Amino acid sequence: MTENTATENTGATRRLARRRAAERRFRLYGMAAVGAALALLALILGGIAADGVSAFRQAEVRLPVTFEAAAVDGGDYGVLIKRALKSLFPEVRGRKAKRALYALASQGAARELRRMLLADPDIEDTTREVWLPASDDVDMFVKGEASGRIKADQATWIAALADDGRIEQRFNARFFTAGDSREPELAGILGATVGSLLTLVITFAVAFPLGVGAAVYLEEFAPRNRLTDLIEVSINNLAAVPSIVFGLFGLAVFLNLGGLPRSAPLVGGLVLALMTLPTVVIAGRAALGAVPGSIREAALGLGASRARAVAHHVLPLAMPGVLTGAIIGMARALGETAPLLMIGMVAFVVDIPTGPGDAATALPVQIFLWADAPERAFVERAAAAILVLLAFLAAMNLAAVVLRRRWERRF
Amino acid sequence: MAALEQTFAGAVAPPPGAMPATTAKIEARGVNVRYGDKPALIDVDLFVAAGRVTALIGPSGCGKTTFLRCLNRMNDVVDDCHIEGVIAIDGRDIYAPGVDVELLRARVGMVFQKPNPFPKSIYDNVAYGPRIHGLARSRADLDALFEASLARAGLWDEVKDRLDAPGTGLSGGQQQRLCIARAIAVDPEVILMDEPCSALDPIATAHIEELIAALSGAYTIVIVTHNMQQAARVSRYTAFFHMGRVVEAGDTEDIFNRPADARTRDYVAGRFG
Repeated sequence: MTENTATENTGATRRLARRRAAERRFRLYGMAAVGAALALLALILGGIAADGVSAFRQAEVRLPVTFEAAAVDGGDYGVLIKRALKSLFPEVRGRKAKRALYALASQGAARELRRMLLADPDIEDTTREVWLPASDDVDMFVKGEASGRIKADQATWIAALADDGRIEQRFNARFFTAGDSREPELAGILGATVGSLLTLVITFAVAFPLGVGAAVYLEEFAPRNRLTDLIEVSINNLAAVPSIVFGLFGLAVFLNLGGLPRSAPLVGGLVLALMTLPTVVIAGRAALGAVPGSIREAALGLGASRARAVAHHVLPLAMPGVLTGAIIGMARALGETAPLLMIGMVAFVVDIPTGPGDAATALPVQIFLWADAPERAFVERAAAAILVLLAFLAAMNLAAVVLRRRWERRF
Repeated sequence: MAALEQTFAGAVAPPPGAMPATTAKIEARGVNVRYGDKPALIDVDLFVAAGRVTALIGPSGCGKTTFLRCLNRMNDVVDDCHIEGVIAIDGRDIYAPGVDVELLRARVGMVFQKPNPFPKSIYDNVAYGPRIHGLARSRADLDALFEASLARAGLWDEVKDRLDAPGTGLSGGQQQRLCIARAIAVDPEVILMDEPCSALDPIATAHIEELIAALSGAYTIVIVTHNMQQAARVSRYTAFFHMGRVVEAGDTEDIFNRPADARTRDYVAGRFG
């Protein structure tokens, strides 16, 4: 008897040990999977951050500029910059050498001088030390990206300026306040951001009411028959359609048939609204379905009509879920590029759009254009713009999570 | 014999020694209900006496809740539910075309098995019905109506200092009384109760039963219950349902002490159900 229990016990302990080991292994697999995913994420974000972080600083050069009235009257502020550079390096002779010297400053620097003078006419005919943007080649050289575009003599001048404390990497505010430009050192994301914002406003204004209305009707009022089944299947399929198809639709219907302005956030918003609509409807139906039937019965039992019961009781309770679904849909729309390319928001737009009818571009499209550009500096700016876009997306998703937590109610 | 058994005192002629003649508030004739192809009620003829408590008893799935829900047309919202026959309240068929269902449901209130107060304040719970039916002309009227309803439901003293608290924060028994107050606030003539105490503890149940006794007289009450002792305690008349038919109906006393049908005898003796 005792012997049997003894062998039974060791058998049982062995099985237990094996089971424990299996559970441990299972947990390890799970953690390894999570670890691998996080590692990949860190790799991607790290790579982008490594490329893009340097774009938030911009090489600027401090020049002693004399705002001479005579030269200014001609309208060519570039002369002032040339004179300032010549004053720092008086030994430079010859057209080729002088051109190389003048190329150190950005072509947009002249515009900055003009802006300064218009803002403060008192500085006319005075000499000031002014920080001006350096050209993108200088910027890249200073950041350590040797591209061969900086010649030997230019390198010496840059070194001399640096020794003098006249070249510094300063915060690139222009990145956030300027629109697109042919010169990388002057390019910013403001135009694209405003374009994206206008587009999203239109998207929300169209997709949210239509989506919620459709969800309410399908969930609360529609009879359950073949037709509504077909509608439900269609909506689920639409949610999976590649976004470029919506872009083609927008091109054919809104632009060609409807004659709406090309490249405008209005059309972009409509196209993205169509794309987001199925998501809003599906999220809306899920939120409405989650409201317990007892609430509806209580309202109906008191003599409320179907419409009243939904409007007064069901919809308010479902609103948190509906809104989080809408925010997540908006976050997806923010990152869409393909449909916007189709409707022409891929143009080179310099001005900041003032309304939904103006030509504009969107942030993901801007990234696409910059990533394609030959200048090194644009690649760095594309990475920085990606970081900004990711920050917006993270903020929107975080808002969705926070709002859902706050509005969650126990039934 | 079956026809006589299914007739209440007062609907045709008061039997000797019965209570003073009461009129039938609700009259059901030839009611047949099916869900799709499945029959739920078959040839139901029943009277419900005015101002009295009528209990509907029977084993699970016998159709008593289905019948109850027909009385305020709550089965309209169920897909694929087909109702035939006549159900008349005060002599008028509630399934006739042109009947205002919302008004009907204000006249015939309902209290459900699991207390279901709205996730709003106690005030908004009770005030919702009067608001949508326009029963109170001013805020003062609404307040008075609110207080009267809560007092009638025996809840006023317990919650009068926290009217803005959410209705869902009350105990189970208090929530059910809140639901009763909510139903009373629209001034119904009939109150339907679908197993109102089955989710409550014995003390809360006792409170509700006291409430039912107090409300009877002013309202016609129809209560579905699984608890035969409860039916014996609170009701004046009882109808026994079995497999979709009304097997026997009459004074509660008679049904429980002198049942005529064998099935009734077996059920009240606890042999099935």
